[in-house]
Amino acid sequence: MSPASYIFLAVVLFAIGGIGVLVRRNAIVIFMCIELMLNACNLAFVAFARMHGNLDGQVVAFFVMVVAAAEVVVGLAILMAIYRARRSTSVDDANLLKY
Amino acid sequence: MTHLIAAGGGTNLDADYTVALFWILAVLAVGGGVTMVLVRQAVHSALMLAVVMLSLAAMYAMNNAPFLAFVQIIVYTGAVLMLFLFVMMMIGVSSADALVSTLRGQWFWAAIGGVAFAVLMIVGIGHAAIGSAPKPSADFGNDNLTGLATLIFTTYVFPFEITSALLITAALGAMVLAHRERTSPRLTQRDIARRRVSSGHVMPEPPPGVYALHDAVDMPARLPDGTTTDRSVSKAVTQRDLALGRDPQESVAADLEAEAKIEAETEFEREIEAGASGGDNTQ
Repeated sequence: MSPASYIFLAVVLFAIGGIGVLVRRNAIVIFMCIELMLNACNLAFVAFARMHGNLDGQVVAFFVMVVAAAEVVVGLAILMAIYRARRSTSVDDANLLKY
Repeated sequence: MTHLIAAGGGTNLDADYTVALFWILAVLAVGGGVTMVLVRQAVHSALMLAVVMLSLAAMYAMNNAPFLAFVQIIVYTGAVLMLFLFVMMMIGVSSADALVSTLRGQWFWAAIGGVAFAVLMIVGIGHAAIGSAPKPSADFGNDNLTGLATLIFTTYVFPFEITSALLITAALGAMVLAHRERTSPRLTQRDIARRRVSSGHVMPEPPPGVYALHDAVDMPARLPDGTTTDRSVSKAVTQRDLALGRDPQESVAADLEAEAKIEAETEFEREIEAGASGGDNTQ
């Protein structure tokens, strides 16, 4: 299978994740959609690494995974703090800055 | 191992096998992603994300990245997704999306934007000449881990060090954010016992589901005086019933009706039996 098909698949997954971030209102599901987008990027990096015949892409994908893990930890902690304050994880409810 | 890699071209698999596997995994990943966006329950979304991540892990393995494939399974599917599920259980599974949409045409425009982005990228990448993969070097075979380690600890050693700072910051941040300052003194066993006695309910809470026809957890218990009590049903179960549109009280009413019907029937049968035996006596 040519690396191009993996990159096309990564684009499709990235778009699905982006649509999910835009339409869902539950903050946890939005986080999961962001994870999907990061995974799509990783797939593209791995495919590029194979395309160019060196391992740099895989190293970058590895770093993306580390950063994603840190991001999830902090993000979910923020989510729990918000839930404690307003008993909801809907992103529509966190609108105090609007007024 | 080397001859297998050489035979497979891009991967150490047979070419036809790779194509079939790619399409199976691609359909799984895209289907899982679409389902993840569409399903209402957050837990179902998490399970669909697990499907996507596992198929991506298999694709990493097909792309000569065995180390990343295992890290994907262990870190993403194992740790990150479990963290999601933990938080979901902590802040309530019933936290579905708000039903009121504040933006008009949100789905429509988001779908337009997403599809437009995908088409733009696919057309752009399609115009770029992406050749077939070169013959894999030794880095992609058994030496994948060695090659990665060499790169991480030579070329990328500074980003790697920065990563450790990032992880420590993230751990500290999570602790600070999730920490809750105790505003009231901790209740001792004595306080709890005193509160229980003063509340008037010294006995343990009644367990749910002590009806004759239903023993589900959302059935309120029946007190000695015949009334039902809400204290026997967990709040989470009540919320779930509300979310699913179920009404346990209806089942209670149906039960009472059925009970009355059965009693009436037995009464009727008894009367018939009494009548029959009475007839026997007269004969």
